[in-house]
Amino acid sequence: MTENQINTTKILDKDGFETMYLNMGPQHPSTHGVLRLGLVLDGEVILKAEPDIGYLHRGMEKLAEKRTYQANIAMSDRYDYVCSMNNNFAVALAVEKLLGVEAPKRAQYIRIIMAELNRVVNHMLFFGFFAMDVGATTALMFGFREREPVIELFESVSGARLTYNYFRVGGVSRDLPSDFVEKTKVFIKFMRAKLKDYDTLVTDNVIFRDRTVGIGKISKEDCLAYSLSGPIVRASGIKYDIRKDDTYSLYNEFDFEVPVLQGGDCFDRYMLRMLELRESLKIVEQALEKLEPGEIMAKVPKVIKPPAGEAYVRTESPKGELSLYLVSDGSANPYRLHLRAPAFINLQILQKALAGFKVADVIAILGSIDIVLGEVDR
Amino acid sequence: MDAQQYLTNIKAKFPDVTDAPAEKIKDGIPALLCPAASLFEIVKYLKEEGLNYLLNLCATDYKEYFEVIYHLHSLENKVKLTLKVKLGKEKPEVSSVTPLHAGADWQEREAFDLLGINFPGHPNLKRILLPEDWEGHPLRKDYDRKPDQYD
Amino acid sequence: MSSQYGLETLWLWLINLIEKFITWLGLPYIFSYTIEKIIFGVALLAFISVSVLYLIWLERKVSAHMQSRLGPMHVGGWRGWAQTIADMVKLLFKEDIIPAKADKWVHRIAPIVVFVPSLMAFLVIPFEKNLLGQDLNAGILLIFAFSSIAVLAIIMGGWASNNKYTLLGGIRSAAQMISYEIPLVLSILSIVMVVGSLKLNDMVAAQSGDGKFWFVFTQPLAFILYLIAATAETNRTPFDIPEAESELVSGYNTEYSGLKYGFYMLSEFTNMLIVSMIAATVFLGGWSAPSWLSMVPGFVILMVKTYFIVFILMWIRWTFPRLRVDRLMDFGWKILIPLAFLNIFIIGLRMVVFKW
Repeated sequence: MTENQINTTKILDKDGFETMYLNMGPQHPSTHGVLRLGLVLDGEVILKAEPDIGYLHRGMEKLAEKRTYQANIAMSDRYDYVCSMNNNFAVALAVEKLLGVEAPKRAQYIRIIMAELNRVVNHMLFFGFFAMDVGATTALMFGFREREPVIELFESVSGARLTYNYFRVGGVSRDLPSDFVEKTKVFIKFMRAKLKDYDTLVTDNVIFRDRTVGIGKISKEDCLAYSLSGPIVRASGIKYDIRKDDTYSLYNEFDFEVPVLQGGDCFDRYMLRMLELRESLKIVEQALEKLEPGEIMAKVPKVIKPPAGEAYVRTESPKGELSLYLVSDGSANPYRLHLRAPAFINLQILQKALAGFKVADVIAILGSIDIVLGEVDR
Repeated sequence: MDAQQYLTNIKAKFPDVTDAPAEKIKDGIPALLCPAASLFEIVKYLKEEGLNYLLNLCATDYKEYFEVIYHLHSLENKVKLTLKVKLGKEKPEVSSVTPLHAGADWQEREAFDLLGINFPGHPNLKRILLPEDWEGHPLRKDYDRKPDQYD
Repeated sequence: MSSQYGLETLWLWLINLIEKFITWLGLPYIFSYTIEKIIFGVALLAFISVSVLYLIWLERKVSAHMQSRLGPMHVGGWRGWAQTIADMVKLLFKEDIIPAKADKWVHRIAPIVVFVPSLMAFLVIPFEKNLLGQDLNAGILLIFAFSSIAVLAIIMGGWASNNKYTLLGGIRSAAQMISYEIPLVLSILSIVMVVGSLKLNDMVAAQSGDGKFWFVFTQPLAFILYLIAATAETNRTPFDIPEAESELVSGYNTEYSGLKYGFYMLSEFTNMLIVSMIAATVFLGGWSAPSWLSMVPGFVILMVKTYFIVFILMWIRWTFPRLRVDRLMDFGWKILIPLAFLNIFIIGLRMVVFKW
């Protein structure tokens, strides 16, 4: 056994009996990827939980130094493969900041539409998997059925269903097809009707609430100390959203609310993502109205060589604060590209949030933090 | 308090802190260059003054030195600040800020894992992303993968 | 009222034939008795196998349609009806793996121990007026006694696999099944009080005829309690902690492969069938039907009622999330058992005061 494993003979529970070490191994139907959780159990109660990551480490930060900036946008899809558009957004914004260019207005609106639609997709996936982990398998099928129209929209724009590689430094790569606006409006109406269904099926379900209310509370002080971000923070009572508080691109032109809940438990995190979904639909609607014909790409040289410098650019991805620290030395490849991944930092709270709960709650709490291993391990 | 006030206060309290070269910083966040010995005190002072949210902690390998960079933020006044620390190549060491910001835990482990920077005072400094028995620190500029069948 | 041309007449004719044949041979009566029971057993086995095959396919189709997808569609041509047959054949051909440090004999015996009691419970369920394995005095009590043996088999399966996950699953399952046996038995107790006997045929007789109603209408609380306890006994969602896929991988049958795994699946669906048949017999009137339906054989009527209950159980499974194990225990002990006692009290009061 490697040193990674906790030596359980030294850990005794409060009555002096030996505890059991349970390994929720890398292959498990519910850990959303290859995450290993070492749990020290006293019966059903968890005494200590130690996440062990790195099973999906691909060395992306080192690979980024050998690729051009444009190729980096293509590679950034693979960080958080569920919301690729947001990763693209972060990298494109960072390079544009180094270059000092700004994308034209139409491109910026298109970018915002894509990012918000990806937020809808991500929250639908979260909904499906969270409800299935708790036991309601039907919700998974519904979540995926709702994602289908959006994935088809993305396919019509970029040609791919999961990793889009749609953004470019200075704009977007292709213009919207002629029926995109119509289809999106139809989708928004369809989605709003379905959201009411989910309230009856899942949110108001007594058993679901029993499994999630009061479980896994994260306090405000923990949020600040552990540098958490995203829906976790907003469900614990801190009103902070980078789109409003440190605004980037053209988000300040849109009228949307930032929902905040006070409880900090699994149910609040779930409810907050559902509320955020509704806000994202509002943003997409407004952006569709504001679209005007124009250019989709600014004037950037063919080989992008930004002047030497560094930049730290923050964006709000569906999982939290996705930021990029980019250092350039004047050549065509970045000198250092560091991704501040929200899932990596949010996962640190798992050790604290799990202590004292039962094994059955592990899945609920892990699901409500909403991680994707591609981002955690890079 | 806004960013300028923070800068003046820090420079008054810690005289060996200087401004980082401003023409290299393109994102508009004021940056300070701190010596490694007094970093813990500076971060502690800033935390008491309101910059209590650590946004990012990462490290870079410039060929003559290592640089660890801290991005700090205050949610109330919306002020951001960058701290940079230069470390020598032979024995890069800077004291860990994990007792102040628990979120620095895994980020420092990642810097140790990929670049080999030591953080005395860290509760659990082990490799996090690579397997336990890996040799070397991949993100260093002088690390290149061993040639395999594709080369 | 059973029909003139139903299974019953066929069965009685067959028994008659065998008895005549045995007496013609000069052998004692015990032989014809044995052969008669063996034939019934074989017919029962055949019936159960076909039913379970059909049930598994039905579950997949029902769940698929509830989730806006289609389910098996290709195997066998029309709506994939041969899907389960294909799955069973596949299981037959799989390699039979026993973990290295497992307790070999217990590991081998556990699937059998889990299947046989379910089979035995079919002995006392009346398919027609005279068509049942043995008209025992302790009819329904026998069924509950046998279902307790299945708990043992689950613990055996969980322990013998040398795996912490399966051990957890086995223990949880044992705790759950023992806790929910009590409301199950108590809810039937009120029916037994009214009918006055444990025989299932007497219960059917108490519901058919003029002026008599099905017990689902006269004792609705007992029906609801029975359904909930039955869902817990057969380890189905919302009580399927023992096989919770997302938590314990597959619970107590993680380490089983091949035909042994097939036996566990078979026994789960057989249990569901028994529980539905008991509900159909005790609460919905069994093989009896109003006189204007006397053309239809009693066997068919019983099957229709059984599948109605089966459909309800499937519906519940695919709608609700799973209860956590300690909440499950709370629910069983603190809510269901008091309600069951309350039910008995009310029925008893009704019997004494209204003589109904």
